[in-house]
Amino acid sequence: MSWACLRFPRLPLQALAAADASEAPFAVVDGPPQRRRIVLANAAAGAAGVRADQPLAAAQALCPALAALPRDTAAERQALDSLAGWAYRFSAEVAVAPPDALFVEIAGSLSLFGGWPALQRRLRGELDAFGLAYSLGVAPTAAAAHVLARHADGAAIGAGQLVRALGQVPLAASGLDAAIVAMLRGMGLRTLHDLFALPRAELARRIGAPALLHLDRMRGLAGEALPRWRPPPRFERRLEFDFGIGTHEALAFPLRRLVREFALFLVARDGGAQRFTLVLGHEREASTSVDVGLLAPQRDADALFELARMRLERVGLVAPVHALALRADDLPPLCPLHRDLFDAQRRERLDWPALAERLRARLGDAALRGLRCVADHRPARAWRFAALAEADAAAAAKPGASPPRAAPPPAPTRPFWLLPRPRVLPAAPARILAGPERIETGWWDERDQQRDYYVVETRAGQRAWAFVRAGETSGWTLHGWFA
Amino acid sequence: MFDASLPGPPETSVFVALPDPLRSTPAALPAAAPRTAPSRAPLRDEAALAGVLRHPGVWRRGAAAAASVDAQPTGLAELDALLPGGGWPRGAVSEILLEHDGLGECRLLLPALAALTQARQRVALIAPPYVPYAPALAEAGVDLAQLVHIDAQAADTHWTAEQCLRAGCCGAVLNWLPEVDYRRLRRLQLAAESGGALCFVFRPAAAAREASPAALRLRVAAADGGGTRIELLKCRGRLGVATPRVRLRA
Repeated sequence: MSWACLRFPRLPLQALAAADASEAPFAVVDGPPQRRRIVLANAAAGAAGVRADQPLAAAQALCPALAALPRDTAAERQALDSLAGWAYRFSAEVAVAPPDALFVEIAGSLSLFGGWPALQRRLRGELDAFGLAYSLGVAPTAAAAHVLARHADGAAIGAGQLVRALGQVPLAASGLDAAIVAMLRGMGLRTLHDLFALPRAELARRIGAPALLHLDRMRGLAGEALPRWRPPPRFERRLEFDFGIGTHEALAFPLRRLVREFALFLVARDGGAQRFTLVLGHEREASTSVDVGLLAPQRDADALFELARMRLERVGLVAPVHALALRADDLPPLCPLHRDLFDAQRRERLDWPALAERLRARLGDAALRGLRCVADHRPARAWRFAALAEADAAAAAKPGASPPRAAPPPAPTRPFWLLPRPRVLPAAPARILAGPERIETGWWDERDQQRDYYVVETRAGQRAWAFVRAGETSGWTLHGWFA
Repeated sequence: MFDASLPGPPETSVFVALPDPLRSTPAALPAAAPRTAPSRAPLRDEAALAGVLRHPGVWRRGAAAAASVDAQPTGLAELDALLPGGGWPRGAVSEILLEHDGLGECRLLLPALAALTQARQRVALIAPPYVPYAPALAEAGVDLAQLVHIDAQAADTHWTAEQCLRAGCCGAVLNWLPEVDYRRLRRLQLAAESGGALCFVFRPAAAAREASPAALRLRVAAADGGGTRIELLKCRGRLGVATPRVRLRA
């Protein structure tokens, strides 16, 4: 086991939207209303002398312009969770350690990512892109990794050097309670090395069993149990805007951001999205929701974005949009499309599912359909439309290039075009080319018909499929064209 | 069957035995060998110069049919013989102009559609005027699983056609476009070129007078005395003979 600890020391500040970036002195406070204490202050407040753990009153005395907000632990936890979702791409074992740390088991991932230096570069690159303050450390135990992340950013130690490396850590960074640390410092102890040198029984009496367990876990003498983080079964993100967005073009930017996040989530989960909902929040009007349904699960960020944008453009904005949310409850596993390795006909730039989705997004869900034969003698019932998913399944199920050919019965002649509704043939046919073919059936479902079908030629030379009532010779009704 | 009103060379009409709806035996044989059939005498010079002559910049009077045209056989030997490349041009628009419905114009495509769908290529029918009758298609050997019927509003048909052609994952795209002009056909032609699909556009016969960027223009009309007459109005890559006609016997 080799644990990487990612620590986000400024999370209380950074979890509060836009608080960290503000130039004005600002601090996050905690504690009962009468005795507020500073948790974390931003750079401007820090320059004025505001420190963590100061009473709010003292901080305000130092810096009268100080703005304070209560700590939002739920937002911090949510931020950690989304970071865990990101870290899940690097390892199957991720643990969230509130309030500010994340553990990632990396021993199993090192060979995939090309060793710790390469993995570290990648982690740092992506963390830098998030804009969060962080530090990281690697050690055989999670507790030691946490200590290293706190004390020496970037340190990575193996099992052999663990005790020696920990020994150099000052007590203040050891993760022990502040009261215990103060007591130990009073006894003249400075580093963990001093502490490790003390007799165990004496130490236990002085610092208590929980602290001793912490020290044991750090050195790998006691087992650790970390709650394994699991990707949530559903996805929901909401972006709020300070101002109303009135155009589709402007809405594309937050949409792209949401969809990209969604795609990352899907990759981490190794799943795809088949159905998701965009919710547009307005100030006064009821929110609009736009359903995006796909034929097959997908997770490509660009494809999802394009589909979502096209769906969105079909919806009129009733009012300026103040919030945009993306919600997905149904996340089926993704089955990547299989392709022939040696397919001579591959000139395509867009594969069929992508094209079908694009067409459906603009033309409507039901615009694309397949055709099927139905075993019925009545011409109007001998076919039906089939949903495209069904058609695709049928196409996929078909092995090889040859479609299954049932032993063909001597099929009667059928026209290429069938009129959706038979209509009266304006003039009597010029010639009868074939017929009659009597179709007399359907008594069982009360839609029985008795017709004599003929192939006829009209005066204009068109070949038509027309019928008369059984046994009659007039009253020609047109039912199809031999186009 | 020779239409005297049309200027043209002496008769080049051919009877074609269609995969007939009436299952008539293919009794009619070519009355005369089509003058335009590619005549390839295996000359020694030709073998030696083959590399040079294959260059698109070299044009020879004798080689009427440019061999470089990528084509899908129509399934009708006589029509294939008239078309350069021996079939429907791939990556190009083929216009089919018809006076009325029901002249066998779609049956003309069925062998090609059957071959394409059996090779697991998609065929898209965009906003057809009637219902394509599944039993007739299945009977002609079309694999219905590869057939996609696309409903599109009149305003969306061009966009849809272009998307299907450009994507390159459709073997053939059949269009019944409500409004067509030169510019729109040109766009379709470019889309077809980039995607490499067969593109068929069905238009009324009155459009024959308009200029068109299509690679192939066929006029389908009723022949005197029954059957279908097909005239080759325009055919890219074919030289020398004007307006040959094929008569399909019904």
